[in-house]
Amino acid sequence: MSRHVQNLAPPFARKALAAEVSRGVDQAVVRNVSRRDFLKAGGVLVVGVSLYASGAAGTVAKAATSGDSGQGDPWTPDVYVTVEADGTVRIISHRCEMGQGIKTSLPAVVADEMEADWSRVVVEQATGDKKYGDQSTGGSLSVITFYQRMREAGASVRAMFEQAGAQYWQVDVADCRAENHRVVHGPSGKSADFAELVQIASALTVPATDQLKLKTPEQYRYIGKELHSVDLEDIVQGKAVYGADVRLPGMKYAAIARPPVVLGKVKSFNADKAKAVAGVERVVELPAAQAPVAYKSLGGVAVIANNSWAALKARDLLEIEWDDGPNADYNSKAFKEELLKAVRQPGEAVRNEGDFDAAAAAADQVLEAEYYAPHLNHMMMEPPAATASVTAEGCEIWAPTQDPQSLIPMAAEVTGLPPEKIRVNMTLCGGAFGRKGKGDYVDEAVRLSKEVGAPVRVQWSREDEVRHGYYHTVSAQHLAAALDDKGQVTGWRHRLAYPTIFSIFNPEATSPQTLELGLGALTLPYAIDSIRLEKGGVPAKVRIGWLRSVCAIFQSFGINVFTDEIARARGKDPLENLLELLGPDRTIDLTSFGMENKEGHPFETGRLRGVVELAAEKGGWGRELPAGHGLGIAAQYSFDSYAASVVEVAVSEDGSWSVPRVVMTVDCGQVVNLDRAVAQQEGAAIMGLGFVRHGRITAKDGRIEQGNFNNARVMRYGEHPKTEVHFVQNHLAPSGIGEPGVPPFAPALANAIFAATGKRFRELPIGSKV
Amino acid sequence: MIELKINGESRQFDGDGDMPLLWFLRDELALTGTKYGCGKGLCGSCTVHLNGQAVRSCVITMSAVSGSEVTTIEGLDAEGRHPLQIAWAKHDVPQCGYCQAGQIMQAASLLANNPKPDGESISDAMRGVICRCGTYQRIESAIKSVAGGEA
Repeated sequence: MSRHVQNLAPPFARKALAAEVSRGVDQAVVRNVSRRDFLKAGGVLVVGVSLYASGAAGTVAKAATSGDSGQGDPWTPDVYVTVEADGTVRIISHRCEMGQGIKTSLPAVVADEMEADWSRVVVEQATGDKKYGDQSTGGSLSVITFYQRMREAGASVRAMFEQAGAQYWQVDVADCRAENHRVVHGPSGKSADFAELVQIASALTVPATDQLKLKTPEQYRYIGKELHSVDLEDIVQGKAVYGADVRLPGMKYAAIARPPVVLGKVKSFNADKAKAVAGVERVVELPAAQAPVAYKSLGGVAVIANNSWAALKARDLLEIEWDDGPNADYNSKAFKEELLKAVRQPGEAVRNEGDFDAAAAAADQVLEAEYYAPHLNHMMMEPPAATASVTAEGCEIWAPTQDPQSLIPMAAEVTGLPPEKIRVNMTLCGGAFGRKGKGDYVDEAVRLSKEVGAPVRVQWSREDEVRHGYYHTVSAQHLAAALDDKGQVTGWRHRLAYPTIFSIFNPEATSPQTLELGLGALTLPYAIDSIRLEKGGVPAKVRIGWLRSVCAIFQSFGINVFTDEIARARGKDPLENLLELLGPDRTIDLTSFGMENKEGHPFETGRLRGVVELAAEKGGWGRELPAGHGLGIAAQYSFDSYAASVVEVAVSEDGSWSVPRVVMTVDCGQVVNLDRAVAQQEGAAIMGLGFVRHGRITAKDGRIEQGNFNNARVMRYGEHPKTEVHFVQNHLAPSGIGEPGVPPFAPALANAIFAATGKRFRELPIGSKV
Repeated sequence: MIELKINGESRQFDGDGDMPLLWFLRDELALTGTKYGCGKGLCGSCTVHLNGQAVRSCVITMSAVSGSEVTTIEGLDAEGRHPLQIAWAKHDVPQCGYCQAGQIMQAASLLANNPKPDGESISDAMRGVICRCGTYQRIESAIKSVAGGEA
């Protein structure tokens, strides 16, 4: 893997690439920086936790455990917990907030362990800075990666306040306990607010991590409870700041005509009509993109104006002749045949247990089925927008971004400024779903600001995003199962082909990678003697990007629908069939598939069985249903979590269908913020439903055929089911909740439609009628 | 010169009469609570009240709103405590939040015209405002809580 790929690996890839990508998080280092950096402020306690295990980590760890007094290498801690003189606690949130609630949930973990009163906590958004460690927010990784570190940071502060209380009253620290922003001395009943103790605490040494006493689950004040988002009031009052809400003095507004085909170029253009629009100030040609496209600007022609409308209107009046380049031959209809051809022949085996061919030869029956799923667009409500201000002294960026640190080298390259002169401010994301991890729109803003010598805000129209996005890949799958004369499944073969995400970093990459296959296909948990997974090769003709749940969407669809087909062939109830295929509870060694066994997150098939059984129970599996109704079930392990769906469909005589009720079950270990975790599953059901009903992006002659919500449709109010969410109650290490709920939904729905109608759908989207 | 009232204040505009109201609100008046989502009246993120009725400000031109009264999310309630805003917070409706001003403005118009809407009336009104995060179930709960008088 090239260095380029390492540096820009998608977030869900980063963890697995930890050995290669020097962004691993190995060790938390907590220390009090009050004395060195903040002493002059007086009575302020500042504690930092290092989340970035760089080469210097060892030094820092040693310094911290030896009660370092501020000498040695400069060190900037990554996460500040500041307790001010009045007791106000400020916690920095370093991840990207895009609706998943991380800006609330991780700080709440700190607050819980430090026994802070949440009403006295202020959360502040970090800038993009490598001192915070990995800020690339995706892959449902924030809680997995940072939960323990946040607990340790909070527990450190709590211990320091308890020690401060002991000093204040001259008593044994063992008799002091922090409780809701106060320290209480048990024997005497005396208590003091954090505000009263902060001066003493700020002079203390941070306890060593191995000395910390983390809370037990019954002591949790916020973890596992329902906390509202810290931005909630601002949002309902229209005050929250998103990408396009940033305003700077002298700011110009830009809209860009991009090549309609990826890697296309401007041949010639006439801007006379555009320049005649009132408010238009300049027209600027951007350099054409070159492979690998990565997160770079696509090129094209930009209109700079004194308001958004003039820029957008004039942009549409540009007369441009394009050289479409090498991707003009991309036609979705023909490409579908290419994909199907690839999966109708043997591919490269990437998992091979037993002997499928022998099992098939000895079988009483071999079932075969093909599945197809199209490109998707993220369709987040906020189209890309970014503001940049480039001067000779520096470059400042304001953007909704899932990967702020990736913007720094990009801006450095464009501006020629050193990285330390580039500041990245993270606004809220008005939806992201993976799209805003790719900062091509920021690259555009930086280039244009540099060119015009003023702050520039680039605004993408909806059509810009639908036609120039990073698309969820398009896939074909061929599944085969061998059944013996007793109806037992003796062999399973899964062939798949799809353009890989890695093609945006390396044009030579033409087949799915472990990180993509690992989202369901490699990790097939069935107890079948012969299992073979084969992948085929196809080129990418548009920019392929990760979209919420990534390859688990279609891999789960193929696997779970085929599982239902096996149940029908065996004459078994689909639930009984699924549980039987899952087999006895066991731990699956992910390294046998070239994946990583994450510490604290073994792949346990019993937990998958658990969510299946819970979904069946809560969904009333086997109950009497009204005419035209059907129930379907599906389960998926992804992002270290376990999820299942039971979907009820109601099909009318005219074939129109609706989903009256859905049960979503998840085992993600310890739930951190129950309210947001539930919300993520409610949203997952709607997104999954949208994939089944509408989701499809197609290309003709290299151009995307859709443009706006009329033909790139998403779910609307009134189409939403009654969604019930149930979590398996345990206190295991927490894992992802943003993505795992999506994959089981679509196959459960397709299986429900089969139950209701006897019609088997193997292609997405199914559409509004069956 | 186009004159109109926005959130009770008199405003003037002497630019391109074809400019949609949305961009006047956002770029000229810095009322950024009203969002751009599609530019074609398809998603409802830009919903405001024009003379008391919910409209899509991305497709209503400045020429068309001359002499009108416009209310945006910033002007829905002086304290930001409209019953729907309170209900939205109580039900923790938003995820990313981007569409929610449009949702609230659409719902406020519905309830102003029909304080006790049935499910179908709510669907008819709310279908035009898209939430990609999928908060519809909570939007439903929040509207029904206000229509039912609980707030």
